[in-house]
Amino acid sequence: MQRYLVKRLGLAILTLLLLSVIVFTAGQILPGNPGRSILGNLASQQAVAQLNRQLGLDKPVPLQYWNWITGMVRGDFGRSYEYRAPVSSFLFPALGHSLKLAAVAFVIVVPLSVLGGVAAALNRGRAVDRVISTTGLSLCTVPEFVSGIVLIVLFGIELKALPVSANAPPGSGVLTQLRYLLLPSIPLVFLLFGYIARIARAGTIEALESDYVRTATLKGLGRPAIIARHVLRNSMLPTITVIATQTGYLIGGLVVTETLFNYPGLGRLIYNAANQKDFPMLEAGVLVIGVVYLTATLLADLVATSLNPRVRLQGAE
Amino acid sequence: MSTRTALTLPAGAGPGAAAGASARQMRRQQLRLLLRSKTFLAGAAILLAWIVCAIFGSWLSPGNPLAQNLFATNAAPSGAHLLGTDSLGRDMLSRVIAGSREILIVAPSAALLGTVFGTVTGLLQGYYRNLVDTITSRLIEAFLALPLVIVAFLFVVATGPSIATLILVIGFAFGLVISRTVRTAVLQERDLDYVAAARLRDESAPHIMFVEILPNVLGPVIVEFTVRLGSAVFTVATLSFLGFGVRPPTPDWGADIAANYQYLAAGYWWETLFPALAIASLITAINLIGDAVESVVIQ
Repeated sequence: MQRYLVKRLGLAILTLLLLSVIVFTAGQILPGNPGRSILGNLASQQAVAQLNRQLGLDKPVPLQYWNWITGMVRGDFGRSYEYRAPVSSFLFPALGHSLKLAAVAFVIVVPLSVLGGVAAALNRGRAVDRVISTTGLSLCTVPEFVSGIVLIVLFGIELKALPVSANAPPGSGVLTQLRYLLLPSIPLVFLLFGYIARIARAGTIEALESDYVRTATLKGLGRPAIIARHVLRNSMLPTITVIATQTGYLIGGLVVTETLFNYPGLGRLIYNAANQKDFPMLEAGVLVIGVVYLTATLLADLVATSLNPRVRLQGAE
Repeated sequence: MSTRTALTLPAGAGPGAAAGASARQMRRQQLRLLLRSKTFLAGAAILLAWIVCAIFGSWLSPGNPLAQNLFATNAAPSGAHLLGTDSLGRDMLSRVIAGSREILIVAPSAALLGTVFGTVTGLLQGYYRNLVDTITSRLIEAFLALPLVIVAFLFVVATGPSIATLILVIGFAFGLVISRTVRTAVLQERDLDYVAAARLRDESAPHIMFVEILPNVLGPVIVEFTVRLGSAVFTVATLSFLGFGVRPPTPDWGADIAANYQYLAAGYWWETLFPALAIASLITAINLIGDAVESVVIQ
């Protein structure tokens, strides 16, 4: 178990390092002169050269990468070209906002989709199954700005039931904030419901057809007890993994949702940085998304491992 | 596949030719099943309608999608403008029809590029299975830790937005995903007898990969292509909504939504709803086709 943990952690760190190289390389493709783009066309050549030196851009590329990555480890995320202030003072509040929105979406989608998937599996082939499977599949193929707009038109403008913006007035309570986050979180729920429900359904069907469920049935255990004690426990393993990998996609989806609902999260931060060619901000934001994704998959692996002795022992080999 | 082997190798002509004929028969059977599937026909009908719009749009559309009419801005749907007009008085129906063009060029090109790139990479990785495979697999893992939209951001910003960049970036990212599927399929094939036989015949590695193995992993490749086509439309629409697609005033569904959604609060819903429905219908059509193809190929 311990060796498995170390191995898994090592792989995650290796992936993260590779990711940082990719992100840094992308930054190197950018044509143009950062010093010039910060100071504008009127600045003297001397001032531009001095700023580039201050930013460390006159050093060889591998050294620049080393300075960048060691800075990250120390918590120094560089300075934003656009705001001329430390990236971290924008990055972490934005990350907090995004996590809040993602959390609302998750709290809605996880129970809903797991229940949906299990219900579909228990009624396999019947109308309930078909409705849940088709709805899930069609919802997750529609881009979130499309479903978001339909929702805004319906609930925000026609029914006037929910606020159109995601930003609660400053100083409002938790419940008001939740009310404002409800509408933006629904497109994310749509995006995730289909995937999670499909895996929960497949896992439940596999468990229902297994030998241990047959044994339990033959020894006279009631169906509710079988489902609660044997089926659910096993069907949840792949579901947990999918929920974790979907976090990555959720954060990708946040770019669009946050832009549409004008919400100051990480996605909109990255979007703005991309538009302003603010590369230190963009690189740090992208790397943070990578870290969130890798942490989520790592956690999922650990939970799945602790739930399933078979995986646990396999990993220890 | 085996027909060509049969030509170069007389000894294997009998069984090889028979296998070729049965493969052809199977393909014809699959095509017949596909044409009988209601899911496929429904998807194909919608897709065909959009392709007709993309090609013959200028004849079909009631007006010029770029013509502004400042006396009829933000007009609600009516007899004169079936889908209303936008803030510059441009006819929405004409814009929705013309908006199909860009996306129907970019999305299939990106999906095709990704499929070819991913298939070649997957074949190489699965066949050689050495250090290169280990390294590329790790790199791909690292790339896939980022959502596609974010990868596209990084590269579109670095190289500047254009149709070509869009195709390259989406195609590259899809290729990474597809290569994993193909690699897994190749790993299952590479130890089978026909591959060993080809090695004994002293066939070259490219011959074994592309002539022997490729036809046997074509099923998953075709399924991947249809699935990716749907997500290519999704991604292209998303990126043009975010302003990384075609430049205005070129009609484009995603860009039109981005330009008009701020007027939603004023009640001008038709300016965003109709392009949004167009995107949804195109993706649904491709997914229906994909579902049908998948069920036929896997049978």
